[in-house]
Amino acid sequence: MSSPVLPKLVGQRVKRREDPRLIQGRGTYVDDVKIVGLQHLAFKRSDVAHGRIRRIDTSAAEAMEGVEAVFTGRQVAEFLKPMPIGTPFPSPEHRAVAVDVVRYAGEPVAVVVAADRYVARDAADAIVVEYDQLPAVVDPDLALTGRPGLVHEGFANNVALGPFPSGTGVSPDGKSVDDSAVDEAFRNAEIVISQRMHNQRLIPNAMEPRGVVAHFEPGRGTMTVWSSTQNPHILRSMLATVLGMGEDQIRAIAPEVGGGFGAKINIYGEEYVTAAVSRKLGIPVKWIEDRSEAFVATTHGRDIICHIDVAARRDGRVLGIKMRLIADIGAYNMLLTAAIPTLTMLMANATYDIPAIRATLTEVFTNKTPTDAYRGAGRPEATYFVERALDMLARELKMDGAEVRRRNFIPKDKFPYQTQMGAIYDSGDYEKALDAALAACDWENLKRERDRQRAEGRLVGIGLSMYVEVCGIGPSASLPTGGWEHSQVTIERDGRISATTGASPHGQGNETTFAQMLADQFGVPIEHVTIHHGDTAVVKQGIGTFGSRSQAVGGAALHMAGGKVKAKMARFAAALLEAAPEDIVFEQGAVMVKGAPARAKTFAEVASFAYIPVPLPEGLEPGLSEEAFFEPSNNTYPFGCHICVVEVDRETGEPKLQRLVAVDDAGNLINPLIVEGQIHGGLAQGIGQALLEEAVYSSDGQLVTGSYMDYAMPRATDFPWFEMHTTVTPTPVNPLGAKGVGEAGTLGSTPAIVNAVVDALSAYGVTHVDMALRPEKLWRLMQGGRA
Amino acid sequence: MIPSSFDYYRAASLDDAIAKLAAGDGAKILAGGHSLIPLMKLRLSEPQLLVDVARLPELSGIRRQDGLIEIGAGTVHHAVASSALVRDACPMLAEVAGAIGDPQVRNRGTLGGSLAHADPAADYPAAMLALDAEIVLRGPGGTRTVRARDFFLGLFTVDLAPDELIVAVRFAPARAAAYARLSQRASHFPIVGVAAVLDLQGGTVRGARVGLTGVGTHATRLAAVEQALAGRPADAATFEAAAAHAADGLEDVNADIHASAEYRRAMVVVFTRRALADAAARG
Amino acid sequence: MVQVAITVNGRLRKAQVEPRTLLVHFLREQLNLTGTHIGCDTTQCGACTVLIDGRTAKSCTVFAVQADGAAVTTIEGMARDGQLHPLQEGFWEEHGLQCGYCTPGMIMAAAGLLQDNPAPNEREIREGIAGNFCRCTGYQHIVNAIRHAADKGQGR
Repeated sequence: MSSPVLPKLVGQRVKRREDPRLIQGRGTYVDDVKIVGLQHLAFKRSDVAHGRIRRIDTSAAEAMEGVEAVFTGRQVAEFLKPMPIGTPFPSPEHRAVAVDVVRYAGEPVAVVVAADRYVARDAADAIVVEYDQLPAVVDPDLALTGRPGLVHEGFANNVALGPFPSGTGVSPDGKSVDDSAVDEAFRNAEIVISQRMHNQRLIPNAMEPRGVVAHFEPGRGTMTVWSSTQNPHILRSMLATVLGMGEDQIRAIAPEVGGGFGAKINIYGEEYVTAAVSRKLGIPVKWIEDRSEAFVATTHGRDIICHIDVAARRDGRVLGIKMRLIADIGAYNMLLTAAIPTLTMLMANATYDIPAIRATLTEVFTNKTPTDAYRGAGRPEATYFVERALDMLARELKMDGAEVRRRNFIPKDKFPYQTQMGAIYDSGDYEKALDAALAACDWENLKRERDRQRAEGRLVGIGLSMYVEVCGIGPSASLPTGGWEHSQVTIERDGRISATTGASPHGQGNETTFAQMLADQFGVPIEHVTIHHGDTAVVKQGIGTFGSRSQAVGGAALHMAGGKVKAKMARFAAALLEAAPEDIVFEQGAVMVKGAPARAKTFAEVASFAYIPVPLPEGLEPGLSEEAFFEPSNNTYPFGCHICVVEVDRETGEPKLQRLVAVDDAGNLINPLIVEGQIHGGLAQGIGQALLEEAVYSSDGQLVTGSYMDYAMPRATDFPWFEMHTTVTPTPVNPLGAKGVGEAGTLGSTPAIVNAVVDALSAYGVTHVDMALRPEKLWRLMQGGRA
Repeated sequence: MIPSSFDYYRAASLDDAIAKLAAGDGAKILAGGHSLIPLMKLRLSEPQLLVDVARLPELSGIRRQDGLIEIGAGTVHHAVASSALVRDACPMLAEVAGAIGDPQVRNRGTLGGSLAHADPAADYPAAMLALDAEIVLRGPGGTRTVRARDFFLGLFTVDLAPDELIVAVRFAPARAAAYARLSQRASHFPIVGVAAVLDLQGGTVRGARVGLTGVGTHATRLAAVEQALAGRPADAATFEAAAAHAADGLEDVNADIHASAEYRRAMVVVFTRRALADAAARG
Repeated sequence: MVQVAITVNGRLRKAQVEPRTLLVHFLREQLNLTGTHIGCDTTQCGACTVLIDGRTAKSCTVFAVQADGAAVTTIEGMARDGQLHPLQEGFWEEHGLQCGYCTPGMIMAAAGLLQDNPAPNEREIREGIAGNFCRCTGYQHIVNAIRHAADKGQGR
């Protein structure tokens, strides 16, 4: 299992094999799926945040030509069970289509089935719903006092979970708490930094909205569901549970998926309803989400308030951290909602060797769209809170921010490192990443240049942030779905290779990276390898793609399955070549005896022999197809350092990101081109959070930023040229040494930018500003400030 | 999102279009559709009939006539932004047109459509005010012209009868002119947009016209700024002083999550000064 | 219903449409040209970008009836005789896409840009695709992809 991957294609910037179809418009996304007799669903959604449904009149909709059926929530409940969640915490009943009470603007109240999407929309619009409005619970702090009302009966003070302690002196179940170490840290502190910070609510905005096609075939009793999901196998399991069908009777397909960013992990009401309606009516049906719907109907991300206290000595050494976290999770628990903020607690150590940490988490219900995973999912929040607080500490001590961090790093000889929060960091060299970043931006010169520009009256700031990320999620103990991944590698009769992966990609390029790995493993051309994914009828088992796990967990499963089939193939080759299996090597499309290249067969000849084994070598079954489940022993912990320069317009408050230098360490890289793309994307989302993006609710619970007219999506013009650098610290957790990289870019960039803006505005006495850094907000700080 | 049903009619001529409009029945003009169709998709507008005038030759073209620049109402933003005549005679207008929306929107959206729709944050109205443009309208009774300062009446409200349409705009060339805007970061509409036209002679401002958009229910002239400039030297101190009170008389200042009224007022001052300085630099 | 005749990717297509049929739905539903995508409903994301008579347009904000008599080019019409368009090559070479959903619209927008400005600098490229959202790439590889195509175009 620990045999190294041969350095041939692995490590190269191989062009993606997915691209020829996508650049020609030949990919098949859910909305491109057509079936004879297909009908279209449209949802009528609540336009109030909190209310009791007094009356629903569907008669006008039902009377429309082309309308097949209309179901209210009450009617849907007759043929569809409530929605399950994936966490073990107490949770209120959640119906896919609301019955009696709506709890967020955008919650479905009825569903229409019609011949085409135009008629379906007309009919949904023709449904009249009257509500007795209830007070909208919008402010999370107020909500925790039970005001102005309760989102769910039975959840006093709107507390969904907690307060739940974690960290130094707390037992893993949170039931035994010993405050002595944390108290001592603060007693010994020479300086304490305290700040309330808000890591704001974001809208994931995959460019492809969600969509579902469900095709129940009454005679066979089977269901095929196409969905824009990150995890078709989880979808299948959940559908089976809710619909009362067997997993063998359901085929879930994730075709091309136009981005997910965490928001397509959750299994949504629309998926259950589409499938249930198909079964009830015995026809294929399709639902495609409008962008306007996506804003309110697809889970949001982040939205955590943190009260952080940092105890330190005047030499910059941090003695202890206290974090009181309040997560505004919206109206319902979705698949992983409750678990996401626990990852913020898990990563409260950041990259630092801190003697005592206490984090306490409370999750609160409000009348908003539910939250769930969004790229980074809990870790960007932790990074943000700690890196912001350390920057405040450095500023207060008048020390270089880089130096303060350096003094607190977990030293590289302490890995694996057990954190105060229960994580075991696998490997790391934080000082190396910091030094690489400082060198890349010429840190001392950068500070001089900033000071020179300031002398000219410009508001220029520099920001730095370290990060450490938890990737390669599982193991199974940490995920209700299981934390393994599955792969099957088949050497076909003609010597070509088919492989499956349960890590169902949506832009990550697994078809390329996994083929690179197999091509190297078997010494065959990459053109001879095909990777299959995203179809439960083809891919026997799987978990899915999230938590930066496809390479570190899915890739490892592929490597294991490949190793198994290779071992078997070597035995067939050994029989053919009259050699010992351990002397067989695979190179350049041939299978040969080590040290005797003349004794060789082509790869295809050995494959053919395995399927027509005459005579069958003793102890072997015919065929070459092996599968593997890889269960990681631990997570991986990639890390890095991001540094940026921001200038604020003194007159308007507009922040302009001028430079961004990123050093990322994701361990061994299979395809640096793809890794670079992943980091770019993460940076863009991290920068977007700092500067532009923000889900804003009105006091009556309406999403004010409900379209791209008000929710600022980053455009090409919002970014400078990203300056990219890497360090490589392999992980011992998987045979590839690869850590994962999908979310990393979102972690360091966000605090680096806020740190830079605070630096730029330091002359005005600014020590903290909450995101998004809207021009007016910065302008006001300058109006009220000292300078 | 999907619009409600409507009837569609492609007009054969301007008079044909006007006749359709005059027949009533909730008809609306469709040119580029880039103000109207987004509203229809959200079902905020549900016209019964769309009269398509996009291809009428009477509405097209950019020309110089009797010393004035005339732009057909059907001219798309890209054509204005890239017109050699406009860039030479009035670079500010090319700047305004090039700031609207994005490249695709500028290929479809029209000058006439923008003016008729009169979004409170549209760019063009500020420019029309600063240029003191004449807006040429045609209805069943024939042609009439309205000065830009009389055309914009209120929120989405202009001096245009239901059976009239905009044919063209006309204005005198103005080289010493500029447009400065603060973009709303999601929509890229202006939070504040200021168009300034200066009449400069030997380093002195003989006269000025300043149009403002994004701030109130509709675009307006900043008369106090204009008066403060007249007869003063065209220098930074003048522009600073003139702009300082740019927001003083403004009423019903818009406020939203992107910009409070207070911030908008402050930005009116900043962008007025910037527009004046840029205009003078061109003069 | 209204009769339309639209030349799509060089082929005249006649069809009956409801006046309210958006061009993007006409292309996708009636002509099965599903390469043109829909990513928003407020004329912003640009996923639906096509060329109408050679100029870029967001086909979600054009009624099919408006395109009657016009020539429309979609992503499916960009490759000729089995040869990828230089922009398609550029996106492939430079890893200008991840999930691929915005890609067709991005390529069409870039085609419009290069038509007006065959040798754009970085800033001009970024402005040229300001009407298109990509959530995956951070745009940097897209800039490279368009540069790649521009460099190729100059060699022609």
